[in-house]
Amino acid sequence: MALYFFTPFIAIILTILGGGIIFYILGFNPIEALKFYFITPISNLYGFSELLLKATPLCLIAIGLSFCFKSNNWNIGAEGQLTFGAIVGGGVALLFYNQEGFYILPLVILAGAIGGMIFALIPAILKTYFNTNEILVSLMLVYVSKLILDYLVVGPWSNPEGFNFPETRQFSDSSRMPLLFESLRIHAGIFLALAAVMLSWFILYKTYLGFQIKVSGLSLKTAKYAGFKGKTMILVVFMISGACAGLAGVGEITGPIGQLHRMISPDYGFTAIIVAFLGRLNPFGIIFASLVVALTYLGAETAQIFLQIPKYTGQVFQGMILFFLLASDYLLFFKVKILSLKKNELRH
Amino acid sequence: MSLDISFIGILIGSIMASSVPLILAASGELITERSGVLNLGVEGMMIIGAISGFALMVITDNLFIAIVGSMLSGVIISLIFGFLTQSLLTNHVATGLALTIFGIGLSAMLGKNFVGIPGKEFPILFSSLRENIPFFGPILFGHSIVLYFAFALPFLTNYFLKKTKLGLIVRAVGDSPVSASNQGINVILVRYCCILYGGAMCGLAGAYLSLIYTPQWIENMTAGRGWIALALVVFATWSPIKVLIGALIFGGITILQLHMQAIGFRIPVQFLSALPYLMTIIVLVVISRDSRKIKLNTPTSLGRIFYKEK
Repeated sequence: MALYFFTPFIAIILTILGGGIIFYILGFNPIEALKFYFITPISNLYGFSELLLKATPLCLIAIGLSFCFKSNNWNIGAEGQLTFGAIVGGGVALLFYNQEGFYILPLVILAGAIGGMIFALIPAILKTYFNTNEILVSLMLVYVSKLILDYLVVGPWSNPEGFNFPETRQFSDSSRMPLLFESLRIHAGIFLALAAVMLSWFILYKTYLGFQIKVSGLSLKTAKYAGFKGKTMILVVFMISGACAGLAGVGEITGPIGQLHRMISPDYGFTAIIVAFLGRLNPFGIIFASLVVALTYLGAETAQIFLQIPKYTGQVFQGMILFFLLASDYLLFFKVKILSLKKNELRH
Repeated sequence: MSLDISFIGILIGSIMASSVPLILAASGELITERSGVLNLGVEGMMIIGAISGFALMVITDNLFIAIVGSMLSGVIISLIFGFLTQSLLTNHVATGLALTIFGIGLSAMLGKNFVGIPGKEFPILFSSLRENIPFFGPILFGHSIVLYFAFALPFLTNYFLKKTKLGLIVRAVGDSPVSASNQGINVILVRYCCILYGGAMCGLAGAYLSLIYTPQWIENMTAGRGWIALALVVFATWSPIKVLIGALIFGGITILQLHMQAIGFRIPVQFLSALPYLMTIIVLVVISRDSRKIKLNTPTSLGRIFYKEK
C-alpha cells in the first residue's frame, strides 16, 4: 500500500530525468532548462498564484473523473463537458451582461455544473441503454462541443461591438469570480475545488454509494451478485464527473477569462486524466497531482519565453509522467506476485 | 451536362483522397484490435508520422526515404505502447491516451523548425489518363501511389485475416489469448507485431497528410483524424471492407462540407463539421444495440491485459 502511493514520486523523478535528456538532445543545458521549467515559475508570489490558478480546474475535473474511473467507466470526454458547462454558464452570464447583483454568480456557476452534467449524461445514457462504448462517445462529443462553442462565438453570441472578433461580450463584474488578492489572478474558484475534494472523500469513503462505486470497479460480477443497481450508478458517476468538469469550465470563464471565446481551455479535460491517475484516484492525492501537472503547464510557458522551446513541451512532460507512472506500477504487480507466491509456499 | 458529370468525377476523386489517412490508420488499428489490444494512441502515432515524414523530406529531399521513415517512426513510437502494455502489463486505455498526448507534444517540439517550409510535389500516377477520360479519369487515375495502396489495403487485410494462417493466429489471440497460449502460440509476440504494424500504418497515414494531401507541416495537423479512425474501426464492427466504406462516407462528409460552404449553403459550417462525429455516435448506437451484431467480429479480449504465468 505504501508503494502504491510511492510510485507516483518515482514517476515524477523519472520524468524530470527524461526531460533533462530531451533538453540535452535539443542542445540546451539540461540543468538550466529544468530550472527554468520547474523552479523559476514558482519562485515568486505571482507564479505561485498562477500555479494554483491552473491546478484548480485540473483538480476539479480529476476529482470528478475519479468517480468514473474507480467504477470502471471510461469517461475521457471531460474536455467536452468542460466546454459545454462553460457554454451554458457563459450563456447565463451573457443574459446578465449589463446587470449587477449578488445572485448572478451563483446562477452562472449552477448553470455551468448543470451544463457539464447534461453533456456527460449523453455517453452515460447511451452506455446504459444502448450498450455503446463510452470512450468513443464521450470523445466524439468533445469535438461536437468545441464546434458548438465556435458557432456561438462567431455567430449568435458574438460581441455586437466586437469588430467581428470570435468572442462574446465581457461578463459583468457580478458574473466574475471574486479575486483572492489584489493584482493576482487566483480567484474563489479554488474553494470550489477544495469543496469538491472534501465532498468526494466523504462520498467515496463514508457512504453506501462510494462503497458501490469501489466494488463495481474491482469486480462487476460481485457488484451484480450484491444486487447493486448498475445502471443508476453509471448515470450518477457520469453526472458527478460532468458537473465537476462543467464547474471547471465556468471557473475559467468567470475567473481569468471573463468572456467566451474559442480557446477557453488548454486541454485541461484531457490533462486531468493524467492528474487523476497520478493522484491514484484519491482525493488528496489528486490535489498533489494537480499541482505537479499545473507546474508542467507553467514551466512550458516559462521555457517558451526564456529558451524559445515550443510550449507543447508541457505535453511531452505530461505524457512521460503517465508513461512512467504506468510503468512503475509493474513494481506493484511484482510485489503482488511475490506475496501470492509466498502464500502458496505456506500452503504447501 | 458533361461539365456536371466531370465535376462529379472530380468530387469523387477528392473524396477518395480525403479518406486515405482514415483508411490507413483504421486498417492498422483494426489489426491491432483484432489481436485484443486497444491502442488509443492513433492520433499521436499519426502526428509523429506526419512530422517525421515531412522533416525527412526536407532534410534528405527524397520522398521514398520520407515515406519509409514515417512508417519507421510510427513503429518506434508504437513500441513504447507495446512495451508498456505487453511487457509491463499497463492499462491499454491510459497508455494509449498518454501516447497521444506525448505524440502531439513531441511532434510540435520536433517540428519547430519546419513550420512555414513549403512542401514538395508528390508524383502522381497516370496523370494523362486523368485528363483524357471524362468522369472515370479523375476517379481512377492521377493519384499518388499511397492512395492506391490505401484502397487495396482493406482487401489485403480481409484476405490476411480470413484466409491466411497468420491471420487466424491473430484472431485466435484476440478472441481467446489463454487457449491460443495453450496451443503454443506466443501471445505477447503476436500482439507486439500487431501493435507495431498498427504504428507503421498510422505513421504512413500521417505522412500522407504532410507530404501529399496538404504538403506542409502545421502543428496538430492531424486535427482529430486519429480519433475518427478509431471510431471507424468500431463503426465497421472490425471488418476491413466496412472500414473502407466508412472512410469514404467520412471523407465524403468532409469534402461535401467544403463544397456546400463554397456554394453558400445556409447551414452553419460548424454543424457540417460536427456531422462525422455525430454520425459515429449514431452508428455506435445502432450497432451496439444489437449485441449479436457487435459480437460477430468483436475481439473478445479487446483491451484486457494478458500475461503468462511462469
